[in-house]
Amino acid sequence: MRNLIYILQKEFLLIFRDRTILRLIFIMPVMQLLLIPLAADYEVKHISIAVVDQDHSSESQRLVQKVGASNYFRIVATPADYAEATRLVEAGRTDLILTIPPHFSRVLATTGHASLQLAADAVNGVRAGLGTTYALAMVREFQSELHPSPKLAGGGVPLIEVTTASWYNPHVYYPAFMVPGLLAVLVTMVGAFLSSLNIVQEKEAGTIEQINVTPIRKYEFVLGKLIPFWVLGLLSITIGMVVAKLAFGLWPAGSFLTIYVFAALYLVGVLGIGLFISTLTDTQQQATLLSFFIMMIFVLLSGLYTPIESMPRWAQHIAAFNPPSYFVEVIRGVYIKGSTLRDLLPTLIRLAGFALVFNTLAVWSYRKRSS
Amino acid sequence: MSEWVIEAEQLTRRFGDFTAVDNISLQVAPGEIFGFLGANGAGKTTAMRIFCGLLEPTSGRARVAGFDAMSEAEKIKQQIGYMSQKFSLYGKLTVKENIRFFAGIYGLSRRELKEKSAEIVDRLGLASSADKQVDELPLGWKQRISFAVATVHKPKVVFLDEPTGGVDPIVRRQFWDMIYESAASGMTVFVTTHYMDEAEYCDRISIMVDGAIAVMGKPAELCAQHGVATIEDVFVSLARKATRQGD
Repeated sequence: MRNLIYILQKEFLLIFRDRTILRLIFIMPVMQLLLIPLAADYEVKHISIAVVDQDHSSESQRLVQKVGASNYFRIVATPADYAEATRLVEAGRTDLILTIPPHFSRVLATTGHASLQLAADAVNGVRAGLGTTYALAMVREFQSELHPSPKLAGGGVPLIEVTTASWYNPHVYYPAFMVPGLLAVLVTMVGAFLSSLNIVQEKEAGTIEQINVTPIRKYEFVLGKLIPFWVLGLLSITIGMVVAKLAFGLWPAGSFLTIYVFAALYLVGVLGIGLFISTLTDTQQQATLLSFFIMMIFVLLSGLYTPIESMPRWAQHIAAFNPPSYFVEVIRGVYIKGSTLRDLLPTLIRLAGFALVFNTLAVWSYRKRSS
Repeated sequence: MSEWVIEAEQLTRRFGDFTAVDNISLQVAPGEIFGFLGANGAGKTTAMRIFCGLLEPTSGRARVAGFDAMSEAEKIKQQIGYMSQKFSLYGKLTVKENIRFFAGIYGLSRRELKEKSAEIVDRLGLASSADKQVDELPLGWKQRISFAVATVHKPKVVFLDEPTGGVDPIVRRQFWDMIYESAASGMTVFVTTHYMDEAEYCDRISIMVDGAIAVMGKPAELCAQHGVATIEDVFVSLARKATRQGD
């Protein structure tokens, strides 16, 4: 225990003398929280569309105007034929092509059925998917405008109106679920990244060897590294919560205690991962690359950007072993829904399991002596 | 307990196909200054790392300060000091903070720690730089501070891996004065060096060639045996036979 005090004293002195780390801890939360929720938005707007109108009727004009007037689309060209429109796609100038075939309005008026063609450049899957969905919705709307107040009697298709209600986040305010998720990512970065870099830095400088020839115990060394970064991690989530309040007016619906209990436990787990990374690598470059790789998987499978429920089953199984996915869920729950410790108890137990596994792995693989 | 403070018996260390340390045996007596010589890549550092409990031997036995290097490595650590080839104090800590940290983890009491710190600063004439970060000091000073830190807990043995690399003759001389002082107080000094004049300062030396100890004895005796005037001549005649490339 006495050794631990000397080690902690040394670690904190070194951290406070390292300007880069300090800046990272203060600036990273602010930048991440301000930039990402404002810049990255799920709503896709201003999709470029090329309209090939071969009908030239008043109905087709009306459809084109409707598309053009919406916020979702921007008509970039009105080529004469489909071949010309495909060249625009190849040139990357348009995402969608809407083709209105000749005699569209006449066929529609006489038979009641007519076809339109919608083609999408699916290189950007999100844009293509959402673009076609929006366009379909618009065509449907157009159709109902052509035949207002459908007669329900005698074979008419009944129109079913669906009303939606978004619980907990009634206006589906985007930052409300993005920001808490980002807080979780932030803590992960401080925990896994900074701690692994710190230890590898000692390897590079050769100071770790000087430590290894002392009678210091393994657990003292490990705790000496974990505790400072644990404190820094809690500090950065605190800064993050202040930023969330000041910039987005977000305040947890649940209690801070719940957040801190989870953050404290979660950090122990991620620090174990950081420590484990450091035992696998010898240079800061290797550690950075490995942490980066792990962070990518962590973040992409965390449910921050893509809901885990909509992933393929195998990916969901992987996500079940991805600690950040739990923490993202917890923070969102506490912030938006006001989840309590009791609600989240099963997750707490899982996170405790992660912390135990990764730290055991780290302590086991840290060697004072090479074999 | 044997009378030797360092003892190696047929000590061997392999890295894959490569035998870095090949069946070496040696004994070092308490208070002796033992020069561990060899060309680059001869296996000196590897052997030293085994003695310090930083590396496991592949076969053979080593005992340091009465403990087995294989099974009691952690017990050895309280009894030894080590100064690696690489300068390894914390550059961003001041001289005093480095002393406090290492003295602290070697278990010195708060009072001993203060006394020791003052004594080192005084002995090295560092009064004006004691609160400077170590990175700002010249290499020669850093090396003397490293030595002082490595011996802060009065170990039985101190291992020095090329402690005077890259410094001028005056600093080297000052460094050797520190070594003599420590040896006079009963500390055993196990030192590797590339400077052949330093080899002459040692009580006994060994010269390693290709992982094995080629010769061992008092410097004067070795010169006489080989019919040459200096250790440098002995070294060159042996090193010429080496088949390994230096690093």
